[in-house]
Amino acid sequence: MTRENALVTAQWVEDNLDTPGIVLVEVDEDTTAYDKGHIKGAVKLDWSTELQDQVRRDFVNKQQFEELLSGKGIGNDDTVVLYGGNNNWFAAYAYWYFKLYGHQDVKLLDGGRKKWELDSRELTDEVPSRETTSYTAQEQDHSIRAFRDETVEAIGTKNLVDVRSPDEYAGRLLAPAHLPQEMAQRAGHIPTAANVPWSKAANDDGTFKSDDELKQIYSDAGVDWSKDTIAYCRIGERSSHTWFVLHELLGQQNVKNYDGSWTEYGSLVGVPVVLGDEKGEA
Amino acid sequence: MCGAKKGGLSLDGVDVAKEAIIQGQVVRDGEPVGNAYVRLLDRTGEFTAEVPTSATGHFRFFAGEGKWTLRTLAPRVEPVDKLVHASVGDVAEVTIPI
Repeated sequence: MTRENALVTAQWVEDNLDTPGIVLVEVDEDTTAYDKGHIKGAVKLDWSTELQDQVRRDFVNKQQFEELLSGKGIGNDDTVVLYGGNNNWFAAYAYWYFKLYGHQDVKLLDGGRKKWELDSRELTDEVPSRETTSYTAQEQDHSIRAFRDETVEAIGTKNLVDVRSPDEYAGRLLAPAHLPQEMAQRAGHIPTAANVPWSKAANDDGTFKSDDELKQIYSDAGVDWSKDTIAYCRIGERSSHTWFVLHELLGQQNVKNYDGSWTEYGSLVGVPVVLGDEKGEA
Repeated sequence: MCGAKKGGLSLDGVDVAKEAIIQGQVVRDGEPVGNAYVRLLDRTGEFTAEVPTSATGHFRFFAGEGKWTLRTLAPRVEPVDKLVHASVGDVAEVTIPI
């Protein structure tokens, strides 16, 4: 995967608003943002109610995902262009999720909703009606999803990239300042994990930095490009942003997103945890 | 100060005594800017949070004790930086002209 395949510009989206076979999908942390205005033709995806199992902590299953996309009017052959607020955090999460269930043609709008708004491009409150499809998903592709045991085994052997803020990494905070301080039982980070906050990869307007700049950032943080990589954050959405950078923009092989992330790891019994700004030993 | 209202943004339901609040309004020629983005950067310049302004140009952060930078992005203007000091139990009220 390369930048050209995975990312589209706001201008490209504007030029293709009426192109058949392209479906815009908005995914926001603030799930009411879409209702206040969205890009013409875009359908809404609610990450908290539609992409999460409402009983267990897990994703919706294959059949539920098929029903979801069919109901949204998204077909297997459609080009899905995802965008959202908060610098595309949840749009990147949905991108990874679509890939997890094997959708072939997915793209991210560079800069997301913010870039679109800063460009003074048009938003509408008109909700499109799309004909129901009969979507067929693939089994989950676990080559891009890490679970807890694999993450524990990766300590000292694979690249672990903690994309949370420095204060969360060091254990001074359990959640980003400004958001509710909740979830994990313990603060800190996984031993040997490099701290590369997701925001390092983005410009102020939410667009991604150049490939050369991105490579430099992760190299400086000690990422060994010859090794497999697992990215994590608190609940797996910011690390989807980093997974997108490493796997989709830079074309790095064997990059997984650990969606259990710190809310799971920081509540596990018996696993090693490091406090402070240093990576710690395996 | 229960129910206190500062700068037009209601603090109803907010326990001000426990929070270090930074809030305010983005204005252009005295008029509120409802399509701006305000970024909260920590003392090292690290991104901490970002919110879009409301229809009335308002924003609010629950920050921590210390110095912060507010970086405001809006259509057709260069980003505007403003330093602000937040203290627990206080509301740092900021007007950002762009």
